[in-house]
Amino acid sequence: MIDRVINSRGFDNFDFRFIGLVLVILGIGVLSIYSVTHDQGAAFPFFAKQIAWIVLGAVAFLVMWLSDYHRIARLAYPAYAIILILLAVVLFEGKSSRGAQRWIPIGPFAFQPSEFAKLVLILTLAHYYSKAPRVGWLQRVVLPGLLVLPGLLLILKQPDLGSGLSFLAVYAAMLLMVGMRSKALGVILLFSLMLFPFAWEMMWGSLHDYQRQRIMAFVDPAYDPGGKGYHALQSRIAIGAGELTGKGLYGGTQSQLKFLPEGHTDFVFSVFAEEWGFLGVLALLILFVTLIWLSLEIVARAKDQLGALLAVGIICMLCFCVVVNIGMTAGMFPIVGIPLPLMSYGGSATIMTMASLGLLLNVKRRRLSFF
Amino acid sequence: MATTGLYDSELGELQRRLIILRVGLLLVVALLGVRLWHLQIREGPYYRDLSENNRTRSVIMEPARGLIYDRNGVLLANNVPSFTLYVSLEDVKDRDLLIDQLTNLLGLDPVLVRKKLTARGSKQLPRKVKDRLTLREATLVESHRLDLPGVMVQVESQRNYPGGVMASHLLGYVGEVSPEQLEKPEFADLHQGSIVGQYGVEKYFDRLVRGQAGQKSIEVDALGHEKRTVVVEQAHAGDNLYLTIDARLQKVAENLLGEESGAIVALDPRTGDVLAMASRPGFDPNVLSRELTPKQWAEIVQDEGRPLNNRASQGQYPPGSVFKVMMAAAALETNTITPSTSIHCNGGYQFGRRLYHDWKAGGHGSVDLRRALVQSCDVFFYTVGQRMGIETMASFAHQFGLGEETGIELPSERIGIVPSAAWKLKAKNEAWLPGETISASIGQGYVNVTPLQMASLIGTVANDGVTFRPRLVRAVMDRATGELQQRVAVPKRTLKLRPEILPLIKDALAGVVKEGTATRAKSALVTIAGKTGTAQTTALRTGPEKDIPKKFRDHAWFVAFAPVEAPTIAVAVLGEHMGHGGSASAPLAKELIETYVKLSQSLSPSVTDGTPASEGDAGGRGAR
Repeated sequence: MIDRVINSRGFDNFDFRFIGLVLVILGIGVLSIYSVTHDQGAAFPFFAKQIAWIVLGAVAFLVMWLSDYHRIARLAYPAYAIILILLAVVLFEGKSSRGAQRWIPIGPFAFQPSEFAKLVLILTLAHYYSKAPRVGWLQRVVLPGLLVLPGLLLILKQPDLGSGLSFLAVYAAMLLMVGMRSKALGVILLFSLMLFPFAWEMMWGSLHDYQRQRIMAFVDPAYDPGGKGYHALQSRIAIGAGELTGKGLYGGTQSQLKFLPEGHTDFVFSVFAEEWGFLGVLALLILFVTLIWLSLEIVARAKDQLGALLAVGIICMLCFCVVVNIGMTAGMFPIVGIPLPLMSYGGSATIMTMASLGLLLNVKRRRLSFF
Repeated sequence: MATTGLYDSELGELQRRLIILRVGLLLVVALLGVRLWHLQIREGPYYRDLSENNRTRSVIMEPARGLIYDRNGVLLANNVPSFTLYVSLEDVKDRDLLIDQLTNLLGLDPVLVRKKLTARGSKQLPRKVKDRLTLREATLVESHRLDLPGVMVQVESQRNYPGGVMASHLLGYVGEVSPEQLEKPEFADLHQGSIVGQYGVEKYFDRLVRGQAGQKSIEVDALGHEKRTVVVEQAHAGDNLYLTIDARLQKVAENLLGEESGAIVALDPRTGDVLAMASRPGFDPNVLSRELTPKQWAEIVQDEGRPLNNRASQGQYPPGSVFKVMMAAAALETNTITPSTSIHCNGGYQFGRRLYHDWKAGGHGSVDLRRALVQSCDVFFYTVGQRMGIETMASFAHQFGLGEETGIELPSERIGIVPSAAWKLKAKNEAWLPGETISASIGQGYVNVTPLQMASLIGTVANDGVTFRPRLVRAVMDRATGELQQRVAVPKRTLKLRPEILPLIKDALAGVVKEGTATRAKSALVTIAGKTGTAQTTALRTGPEKDIPKKFRDHAWFVAFAPVEAPTIAVAVLGEHMGHGGSASAPLAKELIETYVKLSQSLSPSVTDGTPASEGDAGGRGAR
């Protein structure tokens, strides 16, 4: 028993497999980013910057891995407060790009608080549920809901539909995993159904033009190839053109010739799919599923509520981002601007994702700690 | 540590619920997999196709039109490089913005640009927005290239007419194919923006001269920037044309008319070759080949002088006394008269209650056919016409090529009118009046002819009754093979006349110049035969010619051939409202014929002499 405790505090096979998987996916991401942007001739090409972000992410990973997650969780509320302030600052002082104001400039870089808000929200909710027994639908649903709301509103105001949806998804998933009495679930469903028309009206009314157009374009991207459905159609063309074996590295004409916009960020999957084909896509999906499967093992063996909730939150966030990103590039969902975890270019997202994975591995590391 | 253990039952519950996540994850990933399989495997080839098209843009390479030379190789129409602005619609993200930018940058008319960008047609093919950009404009566009996705500046060959207005009606001009034309089968292989001949030889021989467009497939990025050329299908230049006209003679003919309205046609009666065909006023085909604004176009169309009208083949005038040439042949052939039949002319011809005047108030006295032609006696031909009847006159007029197309290789030739009872019934729904036969017998009344028909008629007489279809193109050079193909002259018709008739008429026509109404055409250089004509334009004729306002004055005709012994040139001169044929038109014909004779004598045709200068020196030589 003591041996296992000692072993579990050091590296084991599981850790190697986990970290190995993460590194492989990161590598695929960097390769794809390199493929799209290598001919831009910038002094600091995107792939090099991405490697730098990964190095920073690795630091975050190690910090989150090696600290005690209980201590981290204790910082959840203050952290959430800080994030809310940053999200508010972004609205006033932020840098806009393509109609959205999401970034706080720090020197030559831009920091995206909404990415970190996701992780902080997971910490906050996990902390909330594990601190005391939460009984009754008020404590289980409404109070955490009120916790989520300010962050959600601030993010939607930017507007960042993708992060907002991730926020909601994390909340819903954690609610589901904490469990509700069937009665509470029924009440929520009923209310949701009743409120849906109003909510839809409010949603639609509050959306920015480009968001509405994106959703319209989702319905029929071929309707206006040069216009709003452009991204969706070009992305589908890129993926489809990959066929079984792909066009090979640098062979993706869709991305190389820039028909596919945002090939290094939100649409990096399309680039990969065009160059590596269905076989490559299958391999990538298997990598992601395996990573999540391993993560679920961590939840299954978690020894306390906090750890399990943290792990579940992180897994759900990852799953949501992977599924929605691939789904939107493949034309199954509207384009909502969610990056593909570990693959899309972006400092905030990369660092946040790697920090989350560090925290995940931390839960596994601590699972026997209280003996 | 204590708190963590308190909710172990909840932790267990949570861990049991993981199955939801596992099943959900597998389900969703399976869905993704199916979707991707559908996209990449089932529809993969379709998307592969789309992606191939996505990266290539077809660019039409306009062919260079064939060059046009005169019979001696003097260049009449060539091509000069010019910048053309194209917009590739597929690469335009924001059309309104682009229109704004182009308007600001080049000062284009936004309405016009919008029309071009939204015109029907393939979205794949770039739209031509403006041609003949100046170097400055082209540079301006190129330097803003990054801000103007989809905008391309291509170097293309632009039609150029070095002679300016010279031979404008003959050469014609070019222009963009119109939407109506595009619907027709003969323009099937063209596209919006293609240049086709819209007038003259350019139009008639468009198929030869046009050439074949090539296509360049260029790989572009999403901003429309050319990355590299993938496939090139070369454009094939059009064939070169060698016209029958002599640029030097053409120039002289045009200068002879000067500022007057009118037409001069010179044919080689032995082949039908059109040696010169002048129509005044003219236009500058360089201007018309450019894109005109509706206002510019309206100005040209509404110009009182109707410069776009080719008076040689489209102007219709009463032939006046020139008609008597045909009348004489008809009268002899039908035995209405013999060469010695004498008719007394006292200055008028009474028919019913009306007196038909002779042009000479006192009359010509007793005249036979030769004298009637030489003096152009009206009463003689009133009598002959009255005896022959309108139907006989009409059938001979048709033999001489009147009332039908000469078959010249120019678009929209007019045929004139050869009146008859049937014609009048059909055209006016009225019965033929006997008095109208009398007017018709001196080429007045309903009779209408074109100067080209008159030239052909006198050429037929000169050529002893054999009519050649007037032709404009001597040879065609295939640009691809460099092969020069001569076109042979084909006789069109031979007059059915007894052999002694035409020599009699030719002799009389020689007399017209020697001693008759056209002594002003008498030349020391060459023997000329001819016939004057004065076509009345209005019945209101009072007082001497010079007091009548110009627009009511008569048209002055003169037809001629030379040398009388072995004719090599037949000429028809029509001066609108220039008065008497003998005084106004005969000297012009004489000068033209003399020029021709001199040119034929100089064995090496001087190219520089004939090279037309730019427009503006018209009217250098006096018209009269």
